[in-house]
Amino acid sequence: MSEVSTCFHCGDPIPAGETRSVVIDGSPRPVCCAGCEAVASLIAGSGLENFYRYRTGPSARPQDPSDGPDEWDAFDRPRVQQSFVRELSGGQREAALLIENLSCAACAWLIDHCLRRLPGVAEVTVNPASGRALIRFDPAQVQVSTLMRNLARLGYRPHPVGAGQAESAAQRERHAALKRLVVAGFGMMQVMMFAVGLYFGAFTGIDEVYQELLRWVSWAMATPVLFYSAWPFYKGALRDLQARRVGMDVPVALGMTIAYLASCWQTLTRGHEVYFDSVTMFVFFLLVGRYVEMAARHKAAAATDVLTALIPPTARRVIDGAEERVAVEELEIGDVVAVRAGETVPADGRIVWGQSRFDESMLTGESLPQARGLGDTVVAGSLNVANPIQLRVEQTGQNTVLSTIGRLLDRAQAERPRLARVADWIAGRFVIGVLLIAAAVAAYWLPRSPEMALLTTVAVLVVSCPCALGLATPVALVAATSRLTREGLLTVRGDALENLAKVTHVVFDKTGTLTEGRIAVDEVRPLGALDADRCLRLAAALERHSEHPIAKAFTEIETDDRAEDVVVTAGAGLEGIIDGRRLRIGTAEFVAALSGAPLPAADQGGDSWIALGDERGVLALMRLADRVRPDTKAVLDELRGLGLHLEIASGDSHEAVSALAQRLGIRRFSARMTPADKLTRIRELQAAGAVVLMVGDGINDAPVLAGADVSAAMGSGTALAQTSAAMVLLGESLTPLVQGVRTARMTTRIIRENIGWALSYNATTIPLAAIGVLTPWMAAIGMSVSSLVVVINAMRLSRRRRTEVCPPAALPGAVSEVS
Amino acid sequence: MEILFFMIPLGVVLVAFAIWAFFWAVGNGQFDDLDTPAYQILLDDDQPQPQKKANEERKEEP
Repeated sequence: MSEVSTCFHCGDPIPAGETRSVVIDGSPRPVCCAGCEAVASLIAGSGLENFYRYRTGPSARPQDPSDGPDEWDAFDRPRVQQSFVRELSGGQREAALLIENLSCAACAWLIDHCLRRLPGVAEVTVNPASGRALIRFDPAQVQVSTLMRNLARLGYRPHPVGAGQAESAAQRERHAALKRLVVAGFGMMQVMMFAVGLYFGAFTGIDEVYQELLRWVSWAMATPVLFYSAWPFYKGALRDLQARRVGMDVPVALGMTIAYLASCWQTLTRGHEVYFDSVTMFVFFLLVGRYVEMAARHKAAAATDVLTALIPPTARRVIDGAEERVAVEELEIGDVVAVRAGETVPADGRIVWGQSRFDESMLTGESLPQARGLGDTVVAGSLNVANPIQLRVEQTGQNTVLSTIGRLLDRAQAERPRLARVADWIAGRFVIGVLLIAAAVAAYWLPRSPEMALLTTVAVLVVSCPCALGLATPVALVAATSRLTREGLLTVRGDALENLAKVTHVVFDKTGTLTEGRIAVDEVRPLGALDADRCLRLAAALERHSEHPIAKAFTEIETDDRAEDVVVTAGAGLEGIIDGRRLRIGTAEFVAALSGAPLPAADQGGDSWIALGDERGVLALMRLADRVRPDTKAVLDELRGLGLHLEIASGDSHEAVSALAQRLGIRRFSARMTPADKLTRIRELQAAGAVVLMVGDGINDAPVLAGADVSAAMGSGTALAQTSAAMVLLGESLTPLVQGVRTARMTTRIIRENIGWALSYNATTIPLAAIGVLTPWMAAIGMSVSSLVVVINAMRLSRRRRTEVCPPAALPGAVSEVS
Repeated sequence: MEILFFMIPLGVVLVAFAIWAFFWAVGNGQFDDLDTPAYQILLDDDQPQPQKKANEERKEEP
């Protein structure tokens, strides 16, 4: 539809009058800027056009290619390399990098191929799942800075990964878990196969010698399962016992050991029955559950790493008035650092020279830049948007506000979901219970009829289905989570679904949640001869020449005008000539000064107004505001339909919040809320018995998100909000939230059904087996069917019903949608 | 049925081999990234050959 007007590389709209294009696959493709042109030609020129064919979405817009090369040079210092470059044998080195914008397999391929072309690069491993790359290179032939510069040139900014310890720990854990799982799986299949032979033998007769053979082979297969695969359960049980408490691992370990030892004894003494099959199956199903949990935990942890990406890799240290590029790792408390306009603040500190405005949207979610002057503190990760400043470093690296919050989150994520713990607990008790019943049955029948004792004991053990119990919860959780992920709601915490099902109140943040979180032109008030549309186009033509965040509000506006001789006055605005007419855009004072006209009166109230004027007077006032997401209203209505109470808690001005609340039909709202206020409000609601879902965006929401019973963060918001939240909305839309609540409710219902089914199945069949009505072969069928019922029931969760899917109707358009 | 004395141990040996192969694969990083390799087969053509494609199209014409 809009293929002509969007950049082939980054997908941004192409500014009017931009004629750049790159020939790819034999036809010219339009691009939006010099950066995209450079990258696209680089890709095409290296014969890597396939990238465009297989990438899953538009690429990141690269930074200005003229960006000084000195930024990366700091990484050639040995002291800086200590943290992320490893010495390998044979004189080679390996650099671990975290890479921004690494979104799909095609990106990984592109990076791989581009880097391999450099002389001295031996091997490149790119993992799009974790956003990391390992590059093996020969330091004699290629410099680390060259590698990083090449990545940045492609639009993938690299960041050194501190020793990569966290990653390798996670990887080791995953490898170990996979191996344990597979040993248990193979063991289970083999032992089951032999068990079939043994069961058959039990009815139709089997030669003693074959029975012996099958039993010994079963023992051989079950032993590694018990001592290798089930090792984590023993370790957990031991830890629990040392701490003098009975966790879920104790009964599990006990049950497995008793069943295993009893089977060994029976094998040695040529006794009645072996239970190796039950033991291995039990271990396998428990391990599957644990593995799924672990994968979810790791995925959440990977999101935390993105935090480091907020801090720039290098900084300008000022010593005796001279600037020097150093890596951020080298900064020490008390150093003075220069931060130019357009750069990110590298460390927490206090401004010692100059004043400027800072885009803290990464930290606070508020989209308008905040003014900071001499003596004010600025936080690492915020973007300096106006003037150069210098600051004295007060906290670096590990101690910055950003990193501290990140560490807290890491710790919080290590916990296991409660539902899974409960399931383990039930399964553990259950196994012990079944073993006791089996022992009792054997003890009862043995003096009466040894024949029946054998059959009934076997039947009890077989018919009891710990798998149905063990599977009931994890299968339902996995089905629900994967379905929600497909629909755009990522579950980070295991408890999220359980709590979401119980939610009664939803509290929304305003900026970036109900609204889009970026500035757009919301209203144009013409004051002169020109109409609103014309003024907008003139403004847009001027703003094309600005890198200021406000200019982003104009990028969607198409214009045929071209501005010339544009001069930027920092902190005031832009001046330029369009069709011979001298125009200014910016603050009212700045614009009015051009014509000497009186200052136009603008409404106040938290909104930001900018003016456009020429030498004769002010032409128009434009209000910049944050637009409401296109699907917000529909989502709120649906949530209300689900019986939820809605509320807004925002840090914004009272006027702005009440206007929005009215428009969306929300009765309860509170404005000018600090994070602490928001938390208090949530506590109030909770004290009144409500279960609160907080939907937010921004680092200052982190404590609030953590305080709510369950929380969701916008994926377009900051990485930190994502990690402290229990769930993340992956797209730019609130719609998945509705599906989330529905699915969560259905999940808890299905888990309850499953556990109910498993328990009632066992409650009816075990007594039948005990009195000898059920024969072992009926029991075997019953057990399989019981497991199947549980799994099939859970699979209902992943089935999509058409009526439930309601995608946001329209894409956010351009000016036409401005109200 | 004496064949069982050969077949069952053989099965055990095969399982042992399968587990060994799997361990090797895990250690070798084969399971670290399950998404990219699916694309590799499409992408690994280093030199796209527009020339060849054009030739093929020409061949189809008559």
